[in-house]
Amino acid sequence: MYQYFYDLTGNTILATLVVAVFPLVNVLIVALIGVYLERKVSAWIQDRVGPNRTGPFGLFQTVADFVKMLQKEDATAKDIDSKLYNIAPVLVFTGSFAAYAAIPFSSKLIGSEAEVGLFYVIAISSLVVGGILMAGWSSNNKYSLLGAMRSVAQIISYEIPTAIIVLSIVMLTGTLSLDKISNMQTAYFWNWNILGGAEFGITKFLLIPFMVVGFIIIFISTLAEVNRTPFDIPEAESELVAGYFTEYCGMKWAMFMLSEYGNMFAVSAIVSILFFGGYHSPIGYLGNSLGVEWLIPFEQAFWFLAKGWLFILVQMWLRWTLPRLRVDQLMSLCWKYLIPYAFVNLIIIGVISLL
Amino acid sequence: MKQYFKNTWLGIYTVLVGMKITFKHLFTPAVTIQYPEVKLKLPERERNRLYVNMDDCIGCDQCSRACPVSCIEIETVKSIPGEELGVTSNGKKKALWVTKFNIDFAKCCYCQLCVFPCPTECIYMTDIFEFSEYDRNNLIYKFATLSEEEAKEKKINFEKFTAEKEAQKAAATAKPKEEQKPAS
Repeated sequence: MYQYFYDLTGNTILATLVVAVFPLVNVLIVALIGVYLERKVSAWIQDRVGPNRTGPFGLFQTVADFVKMLQKEDATAKDIDSKLYNIAPVLVFTGSFAAYAAIPFSSKLIGSEAEVGLFYVIAISSLVVGGILMAGWSSNNKYSLLGAMRSVAQIISYEIPTAIIVLSIVMLTGTLSLDKISNMQTAYFWNWNILGGAEFGITKFLLIPFMVVGFIIIFISTLAEVNRTPFDIPEAESELVAGYFTEYCGMKWAMFMLSEYGNMFAVSAIVSILFFGGYHSPIGYLGNSLGVEWLIPFEQAFWFLAKGWLFILVQMWLRWTLPRLRVDQLMSLCWKYLIPYAFVNLIIIGVISLL
Repeated sequence: MKQYFKNTWLGIYTVLVGMKITFKHLFTPAVTIQYPEVKLKLPERERNRLYVNMDDCIGCDQCSRACPVSCIEIETVKSIPGEELGVTSNGKKKALWVTKFNIDFAKCCYCQLCVFPCPTECIYMTDIFEFSEYDRNNLIYKFATLSEEEAKEKKINFEKFTAEKEAQKAAATAKPKEEQKPAS
């Protein structure tokens, strides 16, 4: 993408700026639409109407919220550790935003075509843990601290099944580059990894059930990593006020919210890249059949965003379906169920891919 | 081990059941009544803001006396002969000028006790319930149809009339004395 814009404009600064700004705009749009959709979906599921006063269908609700947040006084408690307190939201947001550097939106819209993209995404999103612990600790508040501790325990635990499933995909595809993994699932939807990958033969059909299991495990564990219901005990409203960001307000609080929605899209993107063909269309390209080359990247971006939003919607759907897990249930789900299944899955996929 | 797989299956299955239910609700129409635009029909005997039909009011003060919180304030002036006040809709003759008929809805408890004693059924409940105000004084509703000047005029008229009557009475009682006086 950098090269593309460099060729287009011939200016290194402009090209860098465009490449850097695009994911930021995406995160902002995701947060803007995500908050609105969250409210609408929750309302529809509960047979309510949802926001409908601000603009047509309440579309400007998030804008109104944002303006309110900007105007808020930055009230802080007296005994906070102000250095850590101020760094924490930035760090959390950086962690979730940095992951976008390696996510391919389409064959032309890739921040970095790094060979170790998948590894980088998993590593950099762990930065969030540090930020959350900082926020909880520096707030000097029992709810914040409890929330932060729970969050750290949860994220670190659930990174294991995620990593194992990612490993099984890496074993199958033989690359860590997100772009290459996407490109292996090109053309039609039966080439997607969840349907056994692009290679045709007996192994494809043998792989399907294990890929489905892998998808379920990685979906559950990424859901837990972004602290969404039913794994939202770090910010459990009914017991911990707001968890690790109880003491935050105004724009610092907005940074946490922004990173939450940014994370939601990032994990949805990772899941769709690993199992659902990334930016590739399930039904072929209009650009190919019409013979219009330049249309293809836009179509790819459309399919990528569509898949990402689909998973975000499923996350919301789950949020308004399931009640919150208890701490011990959370840990037993991860250590007693997800990790053993993931390991068995890894071994079986390894054996099949050797065939 | 059997229990383990059973738990796994139960976990996945129950989540899917829940998701199916919420998915159905995603498409059921909302039960919300969007209040200011859509209003439910109120029950037949609802108790809301009072209204007084002053054409029928005879100023009997019964509603004011029935009120448990004394929110109705009535002042009346007797009419003088020759003034025609008209009749109420059920044929009662009006004999009093109602110079003041204030109901303070800040005090009113909407008990409807004032409605029953009214002989002409001129005080009754309406279906208006949205009348909040920023100033409490705006909740004092003045129903009297007479303006202040008119009320003053009626008062003066009545006072004049009573004074005249007193004078006549005094004259009537004084006359015999006067007749006696010159004789003495």
